[in-house]
Amino acid sequence: MKLGFTDQDEAFRDSIATWLADNLSGEFEKIRFRGGPGDEHMFFEERVAWEKKLAEGDWTCVGWPQEFGGRACSLEQQVIFHEEYARAGGPGRVGHIGEGLAGPTIMAFGSRAQKDRFLPKIKSGEELWCQGYSEPGAGSDLANISTKAKFDADAKVWRITGQKVWTSLAHESDWCFLIARTEAGSKGNKGLGFFLVPMHQKEIEVRPILQLTGTSEFNEVFFDGAVCEQDCLVGEPGEGWKVAMGLLAFERGVSTLGQQMLFQNEFEEILKIAKQNGADQDPSIRQRIADAHIGLKIMRYNSLRTLSTDSTDSKLKQAGMIYKLYWSSWHRNLGNLAMDVLGPQADLVEQGDYELTRLQSLFLFTRSDTIYGGTNQIQRNIIAERALGLPREPQTFLG
Amino acid sequence: MIAETAETFLVSQSSSERVRAAMATELGFDENLWAQITQEMGWQLTHIPQQYDGLGLGYVELCILFEHMGQNLLCAPFFSTIALGANALLVAGTDDQKAEAFVAIAAGESRYALAYSDGSRCWGCESVTAEYQQLDDGVIELNGEYSFVVDGHTADKLIVAAREPGSSGRDGIGLFMIAGDSPEVVRQWTPTMDQTRKLASIKLKGLRVAIDSAMLDMGNAAQHLDNILALANIAQSAEQMGVADKSLRMSVDYISERKQFGRSVGSFQAIKHKAADMMTKAEAARSAVYYAACIADEFLADGPMGDQLLEAASIAKAYCCEAAFFNAGCALQLHGGVGFTWEYDVHLYFKRAKAAQVSFGDTAWHKERLAAMVLEAV
Repeated sequence: MKLGFTDQDEAFRDSIATWLADNLSGEFEKIRFRGGPGDEHMFFEERVAWEKKLAEGDWTCVGWPQEFGGRACSLEQQVIFHEEYARAGGPGRVGHIGEGLAGPTIMAFGSRAQKDRFLPKIKSGEELWCQGYSEPGAGSDLANISTKAKFDADAKVWRITGQKVWTSLAHESDWCFLIARTEAGSKGNKGLGFFLVPMHQKEIEVRPILQLTGTSEFNEVFFDGAVCEQDCLVGEPGEGWKVAMGLLAFERGVSTLGQQMLFQNEFEEILKIAKQNGADQDPSIRQRIADAHIGLKIMRYNSLRTLSTDSTDSKLKQAGMIYKLYWSSWHRNLGNLAMDVLGPQADLVEQGDYELTRLQSLFLFTRSDTIYGGTNQIQRNIIAERALGLPREPQTFLG
Repeated sequence: MIAETAETFLVSQSSSERVRAAMATELGFDENLWAQITQEMGWQLTHIPQQYDGLGLGYVELCILFEHMGQNLLCAPFFSTIALGANALLVAGTDDQKAEAFVAIAAGESRYALAYSDGSRCWGCESVTAEYQQLDDGVIELNGEYSFVVDGHTADKLIVAAREPGSSGRDGIGLFMIAGDSPEVVRQWTPTMDQTRKLASIKLKGLRVAIDSAMLDMGNAAQHLDNILALANIAQSAEQMGVADKSLRMSVDYISERKQFGRSVGSFQAIKHKAADMMTKAEAARSAVYYAACIADEFLADGPMGDQLLEAASIAKAYCCEAAFFNAGCALQLHGGVGFTWEYDVHLYFKRAKAAQVSFGDTAWHKERLAAMVLEAV
């Protein structure tokens, strides 16, 4: 197992760290450490400008192959990129859905024309994306979607009708990738299509969902015969599930590894408060601080294990499978620790109009970590069925 | 390779039947099996340097062995001789001591135990209350009591910690190598709930030894004792990771076969989710052990990351022992009624998990040490 990175990789670390130090300053100083989970609604315009700045430095899409404008960075270098980005306080990326999800899916399943049309503008930060998967009746049971896609033979376009929900950044996005039923009357994961739909049209209405934080990162999106050009179907009609599942594999990819640096930042903020307010003298708080430290270190060791290629370890796949359940539970506990370290102070908001403190946002927002992207219960099903070979549930998230 | 060999050997030689036979004795192990391990398998040579007739392999390889010993609850003086004895020699042995002792260990002729704690709830240098006194003629006299000494009643060599009279805490600590069979060494087996690992109490009553029994830095050996215990913690973590993993595998086998309401109980979500939590703990424990073992190698080779030894050891010890106890407890529950019987092996793992958790620094002790480290660092 690796304990660290090669000299070459460390040189790469220096180059991104230096670029960030030089560029994440001046007009961008105020968005450092902003726009992350729980804060995604803040400084949007500035973060769009930052995305383009990143693109100018060739620091978007670093893991993409060179033919699509990427740097073809190794897994190790992608991890380093995410670590340094988080360490420098890089703001929440507005282009991450395009870079991490839409782009890789188009590369894997899209036509030549689709690659040429969409990838450069993801890379340059010019076009932002959102994801249309979940519906009111299709959460954990994703295959139960009912949004319909009907081919309009006269206009030679697809017409999308239905409702999506929990769509991050829908109100700011230029494009949405979604799954919809191409075969009327089909059920489950059959008869679906994977569509790339322009968001700027009157047949689409975006309504923000007011969350328990009092903010709105997520939306409901209503499609009322929304137009999707014929050549914006990825794969064939009926192949939508295959494409969507390929995409979920990307979703569990490397971008999660760099988040450990964000977690470290949050943890250190809590430690500093504990030292200031005397919570660090409480033996039960000290035990929980140790738990958080142990949990975060082992998260890193898990990642190093996953990255090790020289290992005799045959259980690497299993180390990957526990990742979502592991980090989401850890993060939720960290949010709770933050409140208990603050004591009565935990209850006081920043300002009158329900403006939460950073740690209140952490506390509340981490309750969504164990729900989105496959709930902890779905993760346990997956681990039990895929890794341990126990009998399958009737219909699970991943089909 | 090492893993497969170890597993094949231990499945046959450390079967449930053999474990139960060994654990029922005061000696606690089968001498023929110990001879096989040292003469045929040569496992005691694993991380002993080549200059002392060892194989000079890494701590990672050693931890793979410990993992499988944990999985199969091996009853043998391997932990006491290697994780405690050999590591004490590596860390604090003089050249002469190492040359003599390693050759005997390598030949399978010596079994070691480490005695340091008086049995108070603390597990660091503070728990050393035995005393040493240097007499005029260079002879050293040792007096004091030790508890919870693994294999202390059967080892032929003892490494003991003692302090200068009047010293406290981390001051005045010395380490000494003594023979186990002197009349001034009173050893008493203390029967245990976990019968697979034997403990003893030891009294030193005016034992006089020559100055060359003293190990490095007499009077100033606290750091050595910390490092020896950290290396032992990592080995113990590997064993407990094995216990966590084995508890999971036994449970999956059982819940896959056992049928109720016309279906295997493993098809119920309440059961599956427990199994998923067990796997999450076992895999995280594995990562903690592998990392700590790599750090142990760094430490033993004077590498730059060796200064993480105590931290990595405490992370591994705290996490792996909790994981082992959680998984063994779940295994007991998932086996239902038969999990509560003497006949099924689940209780052996459950008892070992708790015994390991409360020894060599209990979970709270290691967590407190980590909390102090991280709060100091910010």
